[in-house]
Amino acid sequence: MKRYAFWIWLVAFALAATLPLLPPPIGTEFYIALGTRILIMAIFALSLQLLVGYTGLVSLGHAAFFACAAYTVAMLTPEYEAGNGWWLVLASIGTSGLLALVIGILVMRTRGIYFIMATLAFAQMVYFVFHDFAFFGGSDGTYIYFRPEFSLFGWQLVDLEDLNQFYWFTLLALLITVAVLAQLLRSRLGHAIVGIKYNEQRMRATGYDTMAYKLASFVIGGMFAGLAGFLFALQYGFVNPEFASWHQSGNGLLMIILGGLGSLPGAVLGAVVFELMRVWYQDLTEHWQLLLGGTIIAVAAFMPKGLMGGFSGLRLPHRRFARVKATAPAQTTATTVMQPQEHA
Amino acid sequence: MDLTTFLIQCLNSVQYGLLLFLVASGLTLIFGIMGVINLAHGSFYMIGAYLAYTLASYTGNFALSLLIGIVLSVLFGYLLEWGFFSFLYEREHLLQVLMTFGLILVFEELRSILVDDDVHGVPVPSWLEGSIPIGNNMTYPIYRLFMSGVCLAIAVAMYYLIRKTRIGMMVRAGATNREMVQSLGINISLLYRFVFAGGVALAIFAGMIASPVSSVYPGMGNSVLILSFVVVVIGGIGSVKGALVAALLIGFVETFGIVFWQQAAGALVYVLMAAILLWKPEGLFKQGT
Repeated sequence: MKRYAFWIWLVAFALAATLPLLPPPIGTEFYIALGTRILIMAIFALSLQLLVGYTGLVSLGHAAFFACAAYTVAMLTPEYEAGNGWWLVLASIGTSGLLALVIGILVMRTRGIYFIMATLAFAQMVYFVFHDFAFFGGSDGTYIYFRPEFSLFGWQLVDLEDLNQFYWFTLLALLITVAVLAQLLRSRLGHAIVGIKYNEQRMRATGYDTMAYKLASFVIGGMFAGLAGFLFALQYGFVNPEFASWHQSGNGLLMIILGGLGSLPGAVLGAVVFELMRVWYQDLTEHWQLLLGGTIIAVAAFMPKGLMGGFSGLRLPHRRFARVKATAPAQTTATTVMQPQEHA
Repeated sequence: MDLTTFLIQCLNSVQYGLLLFLVASGLTLIFGIMGVINLAHGSFYMIGAYLAYTLASYTGNFALSLLIGIVLSVLFGYLLEWGFFSFLYEREHLLQVLMTFGLILVFEELRSILVDDDVHGVPVPSWLEGSIPIGNNMTYPIYRLFMSGVCLAIAVAMYYLIRKTRIGMMVRAGATNREMVQSLGINISLLYRFVFAGGVALAIFAGMIASPVSSVYPGMGNSVLILSFVVVVIGGIGSVKGALVAALLIGFVETFGIVFWQQAAGALVYVLMAAILLWKPEGLFKQGT
């Protein structure tokens, strides 16, 4: 199964890489830009998947780390020349990680619904800091005039100003994210956080410092969200407080649920479907949010397991569904604990 | 800052805090009793304001439109619970977040289709116009005092209802053990439906009485929602008393924050929340108080 999954990933990435080379109407500027956006959102969804799908931490403030990295690159890019890409990417991921550490230490004291509300509130605090302090450019945000330069020994590796190259660069970032997360989930840390998701008390009883593991997951998730924010800021050339808005966090949650919780391909699939759906709805009507909202409600009601899980929730009446799950916890745990490894 | 200004700012803080309490108490009740996290609660506030605007243009009478609004909002809450929220009780919080997030988008678009996207104002009713003098040269609008009074009356009524009546007893018992209450012959689903309807009505009512003071605009529910979350986190989930204390605290912090350090006023509330989370991770008060 594991090797099988590896080949599917490989084929998917190879196919994705050909997008800019395809003949019109697909290989056009619009679709390449859309493709880049989808890839970035896939990184964001993956980072959230680590928290929600694997660790069981439902965060509604994930956009804070996305925005933090975006603002870092905007603030650190020199005004009249391109910045050093290596330094900028490390700095933006680093600040996101640091912010995740600080917020994480505070919110880890809470659980369940409190955790959702606390993460949301801290993300909102980040939003207001960007919004209210003139240093960050207020509600208009700040522009980035030059995309950074990635060079090695004075030799430029990639020209990010080029549409196609930026697309491939983003694809590479996604590849790295998938590889790192898959490897991480196979490690001791990965097994520990999945264990925490299903039974934190038991994990603690077996001698795991669950708080530290959860915090580690939160920080790593924050750093990858930072990577997504870094790329997003570069793609659009500006940052504004809306990057940290809770709609962004909510969209992330939607993507992973749409795709399927506890699955790396699910997060990517969810991001692809969500973004395509959004473009399609926007094309369809001015009141596209109505369609989007309706879809979200339908997903929550009928497809709680997402596309990877199929329409399994559909057949069971909602109340009985929940109770069946509650009365047979041992079986559910045993089968679902294995799931993440299969997908990785 | 002289004494008069200080007094006026205090009145503003109390009024703001009490309004926040009205919205947050519904949220905390719905969560504490039914275990549902409701992101769409801010939308109810927005709906209330637009309802006040629409009804005012039809009836021309503020008190009458308030009355119609209350009836409509209870009905609306009742139907909403039946149609959407009853699905969510035993599901994960994540799905609750998702569905209510979807509801926000739907409500905003429906508002855009049914009314419009413009900013509106609602006139202050004539019998509440004017202001009373405070100190030598300051005045305070009567309508704001009226708002504070109404909110306070509702707070007292809620306290009485929850702590001293039979219905309140059932509600509190239902929050602790749903199955047990059901086996005692109480129709818990119906009770939940009315609690939910009550929570919705509180938020809509808050939006209605706030509309003459703040303007009516799209997305006005968002900031209220987040602040209500902060209130619930600080006050303790499911605690109405905690919601009152926390809402007043936030009212003072935000009002005086704007006076003293405007730039940081937005973030100050969240700093307060962080401090309280560090001190008491479960909020200031326990559930059911």
